[in-house]
Amino acid sequence: MAGPRNISVSETSRPVLPRHAKLKYDETRKVWVILAPERVLAPDEIAVEVLQLCDGERNVGDMSDQLAAKYAAPREAILADVIVMLQDLADKGFLTEAREKTS
Amino acid sequence: MSDVLGNPTIPPDASDSLAVLEKSRSTAETFGIPLAVLLEITHRCPLQCPYCSNPVELDRSGKELTTEEWKKVLSELAEIGVLQVHFSGGEPTARKDLVELVKHASDVGLYTNLITSAVLLTRERLSELADAGLCHVQISFQGVEEGLADRVGGYRGGHRKKLEVAKWTRELDLPLTVNAVMHRQNLHQLPDIVQMSVDLDADRLEVANVQYYGWALKNRAALMPTVAQLDECTRIVEEARERLKGRLTIDYVVPDYYALRPKKCMGGWGRQFFNISPAGKVLPCHAAESITGLDFESVRSNHSIAWIWQNSDAFNRYRGTGWMKEPCKSCEFREIDFGGCRCQAFALTGDAANTDPACALSPLHETIFKQAEREAEGETNRFVYRNFAGGTLESGNDA
Repeated sequence: MAGPRNISVSETSRPVLPRHAKLKYDETRKVWVILAPERVLAPDEIAVEVLQLCDGERNVGDMSDQLAAKYAAPREAILADVIVMLQDLADKGFLTEAREKTS
Repeated sequence: MSDVLGNPTIPPDASDSLAVLEKSRSTAETFGIPLAVLLEITHRCPLQCPYCSNPVELDRSGKELTTEEWKKVLSELAEIGVLQVHFSGGEPTARKDLVELVKHASDVGLYTNLITSAVLLTRERLSELADAGLCHVQISFQGVEEGLADRVGGYRGGHRKKLEVAKWTRELDLPLTVNAVMHRQNLHQLPDIVQMSVDLDADRLEVANVQYYGWALKNRAALMPTVAQLDECTRIVEEARERLKGRLTIDYVVPDYYALRPKKCMGGWGRQFFNISPAGKVLPCHAAESITGLDFESVRSNHSIAWIWQNSDAFNRYRGTGWMKEPCKSCEFREIDFGGCRCQAFALTGDAANTDPACALSPLHETIFKQAEREAEGETNRFVYRNFAGGTLESGNDA
């Protein structure tokens, strides 16, 4: 079955885009988009950067380490921002939690 | 099928980090290529729903584009910047080459959606579609129990099969949308349809009230809801949206007869939507062929799809506001609703350039509203079923 609904994002979550949401660079309009059923969304640059890290392997803590290093910013502030952003995406159905492979 | 396709919906609480692309000025102002295209790959369908959105004059199978022609269309769409395609019909699974077409669409980078009645699918075929890259499945439901649902669809055993296919869809990890077309004879089942969608683990529910042109116009007296029913429908949707936030997204399409302002049909003619008919006609709306006197270009012509979108007479005829007559011409809302639905204006007034009578400013609004209200209170419940023979009247069933 597909990933759980109503996920709660924390430092240890390993978020991933669900199958029905695809992050793609739109060559025609020169913009990143999230493709979802009946919807096309244009996430901003920061959201794109974070979403590209959502591979279902890294957890939110790892992602924050990486962003903190890249932007030489305090990790705790980044972590808090990333959690808020990802929770918002999860609440809208564009993010789920990676599961252990069963097969 | 509903107008949701023509009017890609905006999540009600889209945040700053998720600006909605449709709203970006650049695409809207230059009539850029639409983000999503509806492909009606066949008009064949085992169901006979009396509100079918297909034209009353259906394309016979001999006129359908071939596999190679559809593949060429898919490649061309991806190349010019279309991002999503909806495989629809008729019943798209009636085409034997559907898996091949979905595979090709995925290969060229398109997001694929299947809009299906589900009754012809086997678990194996659905699995093949998933493997071919299908991104999303939308299954139509005619009601919540087989007595009514099978009667509306004119197909015995259909409802049970749909429930089974919906279950397979989720087992295969495909996201599911339940499409529920609502009208006077099934609106009382709406609370149970919401619950059925939750039980089926659907991601989305489309509560799509019937739009009255084509087959539905023939059946208006049997389908038109009462004002009280509609008010109750809106209340149920609003309550369910709040209660199921984060669990089930509900899109809601209201019928426009009882509105004061017309809908911005298709986001405005030739502004953000086109569809391709089984025979390859490129259309500004799936009902556009009901407007006589318009010539629609085909993908079989010498023109590219982009050329047809930008330059063909049919797309330019009602684009923007230059074609408008009064009361649209000087109306402050002319660029908000673009005068409503051209097909409905044509069907009800005989001239597609007239104001859609759904608008309170149309001189015909009052008459048509009263007529709809009378029909809604009437006892004509028999359907004219959709088929290639031009329709068949249901036996019995009137009160």
